[in-house]
Amino acid sequence: MATNSALMGFVHRRRRGAELFLLVLALIVGIGAYAAVGLGVDGEVPTNLIGYGGWLTLLVVAAHIAVRIVAPYADPVLLPVVAALNGLGLAIIHRIDLAKDTGLASQQLTWMTLGVVLFVGTLIVLPDHRLLARFTYTSGLTAIALLILPMIPGLGTQINGARIWIALGPFSFQPGEIAKVLLVITFAGYLVVHRDALALAGRRVVFVDLPRGRDLGPILMMWVVSLGILVLQRDLGSSLLFFGLFLVMLYVATERPGWLVVGALLFFGGAAVAFRIFSHVQSRVDIWLDPFADADGSGYQLVQALYGFAWGGLVGRGLGEGMPQRVPYVESDFILAAIGEELGLTAVMAVLLLYGLVVERALRAALISRDGFGKLVATGLAAVFALQVFVVIGGVTRLIPLTGLTTPFLSYGGSSLVANWVIIAILLRISDQARRPLPDLAADEAEDPDDQATQVVKVMPEWR
Amino acid sequence: MNKPIRAVSIFCMFLFLALMANVTYVQFWKSDDYNTDPRNARVAEASYSRERGQILVGDQPVAESKKSDDRYKYLRVYPESGARMFAPVTGYLQLGSQTGIERSQNAVLTGEDPQLFVTRLVDLLKGETAQGGNVVLTLDAAAQKAAFEGLRDTLGPRGEGSVVAIQPKTGRVLAMASYPSYDPNELATHDSAKASEAYQALDADEREPLLNRALRTRLFPGSTFKLVTAAAAIEDGKYHAGDDVPAGASYQPPGTTHDIGNDGRSRCSPEKISFATAMEWSCNTTFARLAVEVGPEKMREQAEAFGFNSTSLLDLQGQVQSVYPTGVDVPDGEGGGTRELSLAETAQTGIGQNAVQSTPLQMAMVTAAIANQGKLMRPYLVEKVQTAGFNVLRTTEPETLNESAVSAATAGELTQLLEATVDNGTASPAAIPNVRVAGKTGTAQRGDSLCSAGGKPPYAWFVSFAPAEDAEVAVAVMIEEAPDRACNEIAGGQLGGPIAKAVMEAVLEK
Repeated sequence: MATNSALMGFVHRRRRGAELFLLVLALIVGIGAYAAVGLGVDGEVPTNLIGYGGWLTLLVVAAHIAVRIVAPYADPVLLPVVAALNGLGLAIIHRIDLAKDTGLASQQLTWMTLGVVLFVGTLIVLPDHRLLARFTYTSGLTAIALLILPMIPGLGTQINGARIWIALGPFSFQPGEIAKVLLVITFAGYLVVHRDALALAGRRVVFVDLPRGRDLGPILMMWVVSLGILVLQRDLGSSLLFFGLFLVMLYVATERPGWLVVGALLFFGGAAVAFRIFSHVQSRVDIWLDPFADADGSGYQLVQALYGFAWGGLVGRGLGEGMPQRVPYVESDFILAAIGEELGLTAVMAVLLLYGLVVERALRAALISRDGFGKLVATGLAAVFALQVFVVIGGVTRLIPLTGLTTPFLSYGGSSLVANWVIIAILLRISDQARRPLPDLAADEAEDPDDQATQVVKVMPEWR
Repeated sequence: MNKPIRAVSIFCMFLFLALMANVTYVQFWKSDDYNTDPRNARVAEASYSRERGQILVGDQPVAESKKSDDRYKYLRVYPESGARMFAPVTGYLQLGSQTGIERSQNAVLTGEDPQLFVTRLVDLLKGETAQGGNVVLTLDAAAQKAAFEGLRDTLGPRGEGSVVAIQPKTGRVLAMASYPSYDPNELATHDSAKASEAYQALDADEREPLLNRALRTRLFPGSTFKLVTAAAAIEDGKYHAGDDVPAGASYQPPGTTHDIGNDGRSRCSPEKISFATAMEWSCNTTFARLAVEVGPEKMREQAEAFGFNSTSLLDLQGQVQSVYPTGVDVPDGEGGGTRELSLAETAQTGIGQNAVQSTPLQMAMVTAAIANQGKLMRPYLVEKVQTAGFNVLRTTEPETLNESAVSAATAGELTQLLEATVDNGTASPAAIPNVRVAGKTGTAQRGDSLCSAGGKPPYAWFVSFAPAEDAEVAVAVMIEEAPDRACNEIAGGQLGGPIAKAVMEAVLEK
């Protein structure tokens, strides 16, 4: 086909220079914000600006060099975007440190260092993302084990009512963040193999193709798992995230909207039951409907966040000129309230656009990826990211009930930051594979379109 | 799989659009609501972090912000000498709340007022924290001092009362005192435990020191309301200042067996006396009869022309409407609804009893309108708004509330009667040598029994203006409680007269 051969002839440029330029801009955001915090709070540039800026630059440049060497065709936008988000997050956490007299920013910088190390490590260890398909069931079991960990007495700790942390000596750790990545791999591996059965069998009811009863197994299992998280760990956000993630991937794999209908029904059914049975779900909804009913009690956090956003207005109060410490847990779940207060609607929009860019670049990688597994992993990671951003930012701005999730790359929290850097590494790997010029066999003009469609099936066994 | 991936992209786009729309709603459309929410301590707290403008009387600050070393950059300070005296007007600034001028002029004082936009922009460009603008009050420091100290010294430590002085030609409030008062510094302290302790103590005090009695306490105005009755009678053309009016030792209004007497003032006993005598001796029988002759409708119209049944002060929140009844509620058991005042009730309103109630501010307005040839001006407290650099941004223009609450002729006749009352009658304690003073006393019964019968002490009132021919000041004094005085000593002339005199002198000495 003409268009196809034209596509085949198209070779993506590496664009590493563009990435470097964007990274410089990202560093200006991160280091500039850090300096501005010092100016705003103490009236002088922080004394450790050189050391801090140097370290941040070192991390970012190291990540860039790693990409240049091991993933030269990777998407040039993703890394600068997350570098900007992470830098901004660090500056805001530093701002909150100054207000609360804590020292979280330096810990977060340590976590970021670990995140970048794992980022580089992932890129090196994983020359081809299809390697991950080997671990379909291993990662699934690991994910479930990780999710169960916090339930083990003595190991798990309950913070703010949610039992999603484990404590190892001085470190506390949120296994759910890692489980998120592993579940994407599991779903993708499973769906790539079983998509035909899930897609083709079934019958049409009214206008919707409904799946066969026996194929409902996995979705029901996922439904049970996410309800289990909701019930046992009282973690609204994660259960919503996992179930939504699975639905999206199922839909993409089977191309059948019927799954969405079934899934949505299951979700709303489960949510309605959970609302009736569990008081913590009810109270979240009550707070959402009217946070001002108990403005000094249960609604306090949300009310203070809303006041913070309003106080910031269009352009914000300026870094160091607001009172972000009035919002409880502003450094983790509610960090966007601090940004909204001190940098205004403008910055909140910018942050949302950056998140949107991450999702868009991930979905673009999925679109151009040449194998089904890569498409599914990239879509899954994009969906995780989009859902998480929507749920947490929607929660803190009172669009939807608050559920409690971290804001990727901005919030204080090691597990989340590290997991997100690994997600970006996997996405870069998929885009690198997708944008890389095809090997010789792809240039074979004789190849017919049918062959392309079954390419995944052809390639996969080699990796198994 | 690309088709569903595109569908997912579009879905994600909608998620992000929803977030953007929502955050725009919160930070743009709703931000004013949240920022003016009284529960929002953040805004008040922020106001401690920048230099709030001054509140000035003349060129002396009565509220200013001083640099502070604790958790906030500035402390609101009310200079010691005048803190209690000016507190009912200035109000106080506390974390999460403010009252008085601090509240009503908050936008100017914080610098958020649109008029200060240019100043704010210049501050921003110079890299300085924006400063709030100043508010200059109409108060006359000497008059305010005379009013506050007069109340304090006359009523004793347990007394309660209020004084309002108005410049009749403009409506400028020259004095607004309320006693007892409080020290706003105690409430403005950054030590929130101390501040809340101080607030709770003041709030629990049964003498209500936080209450601005000048505009929030309304009582029976008693005989001072006879100004309104006389005005209605003259306006109606029934009588003139030189005429004789009906009087009598007692008067039994139609449809009742309840007698209205004169508390033993024998000069009121003849059936006919001159209008001046009736005013001089505050004859109840005369004014009760006049009210009945004029009728409830005309009485109400006259009272409303002076500002009853409405609010007029814009510069302070919380003015309570003074009342001349528009009707009487009929209990549901007797058919419900409202009916017109009966003649017996009208007779009582004529002497400032029954359902007539007035604030000190309202009685000052009545007096000022008479002093100003019948023209009622809107009372105001904010003279000027300035930038932090004392450049005048706005000067309040006097505003006419009622071009002729009474005609100039009526006002002249009333002035004659009131002058006579000071010269020969009950208002003589307010007389000032070489100045023509017009005035009227009021002693309003509380409950049915009199002092002599062991009843509660009455409310004492005094209204006056001077110089009578071209008044510069009109004063209303209200005495709610004076427990250190003997019951029969509590009368408008004895207690209120000297205070009014001191306030008038303070203004006229300029």
